[in-house]
Amino acid sequence: MRALCWFGKEDVRVEAVPDPQILNPRDAIVKITTTAICGSDLHLYDGVIPTMEKGDILGHEFMGEIVEVGKEVHNLKVGDRVVVPFTIACGNCFFCKKGLWASCDNSNPNAWMLEKLYGYSGSGLFGYSHMMGGYAGGQAEFARVPFADIGPVKVPDGLADEQVLFLSDIFPTGYQAAENANIAAGDTVAIWGCGPVGQFAIQSAWMLGAGRVIAIDRVPERLELAATKGKAEIINSDTENVVEKLRSMTGGRGPDSCIDCVGMESTGHTPDALYDKVKMAMKLETDRPTALREVITACRKGGTVSIPGVYGGLLDKFPMGAAFGKGLIFKMGQTNMHNYLKPLMDRIEKGEIDPSFVITHRLGLEDAPAAYKTFRDKQDGCIKVVLKPHEVTA
Amino acid sequence: MAENTQSLVAMFDKIWPGESNPDEVNVGDYERIGSVVTGAVFFTYGLARKGLLAKILAPVGGYLLQRGLRGTCAIYQAFQINTARQGGNAKATVHANRAIKVKRAVTINKPVSELYSFWRNFENLPSIMDHLEAVTVKDKDHSHWVAKGPAGTKVEWDAEIFREKENEVIAWKSVEGSSVPNAGTVQFTDLGQERGTEVLVELDYEPPAGVIGAAFAKLFGEEPNIQVQEDLRHFKQKMEAGELPTTTGQPSARES
Ligand SMILES: NC(=O)c1ccc[n+]([C@@H]2O[C@H](COP(=O)([O-])OP(=O)(O)OC[C@H]3O[C@@H](n4cnc5c(N)ncnc54)[C@H](O)[C@@H]3O)[C@@H](O)[C@H]2O)c1
Ligand SMILES: [Zn+2]
Ligand SMILES: [Zn+2]
Repeated sequence: MRALCWFGKEDVRVEAVPDPQILNPRDAIVKITTTAICGSDLHLYDGVIPTMEKGDILGHEFMGEIVEVGKEVHNLKVGDRVVVPFTIACGNCFFCKKGLWASCDNSNPNAWMLEKLYGYSGSGLFGYSHMMGGYAGGQAEFARVPFADIGPVKVPDGLADEQVLFLSDIFPTGYQAAENANIAAGDTVAIWGCGPVGQFAIQSAWMLGAGRVIAIDRVPERLELAATKGKAEIINSDTENVVEKLRSMTGGRGPDSCIDCVGMESTGHTPDALYDKVKMAMKLETDRPTALREVITACRKGGTVSIPGVYGGLLDKFPMGAAFGKGLIFKMGQTNMHNYLKPLMDRIEKGEIDPSFVITHRLGLEDAPAAYKTFRDKQDGCIKVVLKPHEVTA
Repeated sequence: MAENTQSLVAMFDKIWPGESNPDEVNVGDYERIGSVVTGAVFFTYGLARKGLLAKILAPVGGYLLQRGLRGTCAIYQAFQINTARQGGNAKATVHANRAIKVKRAVTINKPVSELYSFWRNFENLPSIMDHLEAVTVKDKDHSHWVAKGPAGTKVEWDAEIFREKENEVIAWKSVEGSSVPNAGTVQFTDLGQERGTEVLVELDYEPPAGVIGAAFAKLFGEEPNIQVQEDLRHFKQKMEAGELPTTTGQPSARES
């Protein structure tokens, strides 16, 4: 089959690779009809996530048709149309039973690697480095899905791929981010980053009762989408002092909840952003927490900081004093996907939301390497790229 | 016992205060002296030098030192072995001063009885323990073990269960004259409502070339604690998820 493979920093290529096989009784093989490039993939593209190996197949947002099931998968059959969650979970361990699916004890074959780095390992993920399990990803024609009896969710007839694809990651991620933000009715919620995750965090904040949503980014068309589709008030961090602006917008109190949908590769022109850029380039820092520092500084006393943006290592100049002094609440982590697929699928089916509004680019798999660059550099108005691995684009 | 031996041992008891309860002492005098001497050599060698071997020898030496000074060995306690009072080390399969000691625990979300019966059928163990090739059960208490040795070799031994309490503990040791003398216990503890079962493994073994052999094994990444930890992880995966997660055999652009 054809698959998008990682070869190094800014080097991804579509290669011919063997087809995936069933390796375990709870596996299934999915023929991928639609897949997407995620902001998380950009961290791999930029080479800031360790334990990648040349030739790894990328992609963790995918859906398609079941073509084969292992002998312990009884709830799916060949021909079923499914969306696959990006976190891989066994369903039976202490953490899965508690709904902490992204902390599954049993799905990462390389758990020892993360244990060395973090003390304990989270669940395996598709296409996201060897420390996260080293699973082949879904920017490919086919993928093997472990624990297929509890992960993939069937798509009701009548819903198009583009409406449900983002249940594989970014819609649940935005939703969990809003849930983690402890939003009480009428609260003011500030959201950093208007990429796809930010857009779904905005939508979800309204669903959970926010009174005001303020969105922050530096890319005009993303702010525009936040304002039009997301009905958010917007701040351009390139032209305004975000913390000051938020203070004045909230009568001096600060937002009740602040959500970091930017993650470890935040950019900006402030002195600390420059400091991070230089340090990261010299490999003296693993993450650039520019936005996160702002989040902590801006949040009101006793407010909640929710962090869906991915961080990988050790952070510099982390304003712990401010966090402590203000008694902030922190919630973060990979999305516990399995909690959200069905409930959010219901919302889509009822017509409460059509997640396809974030899509700007529809391409074939062969276009993926160029699309990574376009998406990373925010060229061509790019907000979300979907790929059709079995369709040849003109 | 020679007088100077006794005075030496009395001195050890003073050096390690708070552990002088004679009832707790379960390592024989000669072994204690041996431990202290070997431990001291390793410890000082380890501290005096740089490099990986030194890093390994210092803690091994430190362990032997404290074991000799205290006169207690945790693993002996678990096996109810006492070389101090029963004269010599007739009951000890494993020479504690040459042994590698491993202690690891895992919590598994399954009832004790299920875990106990899986483990008690030793023939199941190769499916979760990478280094085991086969186990053949001969009768209720006796079994034959084949493990993968270094560089493609095989290591075999016969083991017997010497203590067993259903759903609580299994203790085994290799029979006299094994090439890799070893002894171990596995204990199962129900942690109560929805917290699962704690499985605690303690293993003592003498590598073919003694402590130095294991030190070299450590150099090559076959650290016994890690081995046992991975075995226990596999046990948990097998029992909870029904399979061991794997990526062996999946596609990438590395093959062909
Ligand atoms: N927790 C999870 O399970 C999970 C799942 C998916 C994605 N993520 C993470 O969420 C983050 C966002 O994902 P995405 O797909 O939306 O990515 P993206 O790269 O498209 O979006 C990031 C946005 O942040 C903006 N930004 C950069 N620096 C900023 C700053 N200083 N202030 C304000 N905005 C700034 C960028 O302009 C961009 O629009 C990534 O870190 C991604 O890895 C996490
Ligand atoms: Zn993603
Ligand atoms: Zn699990």
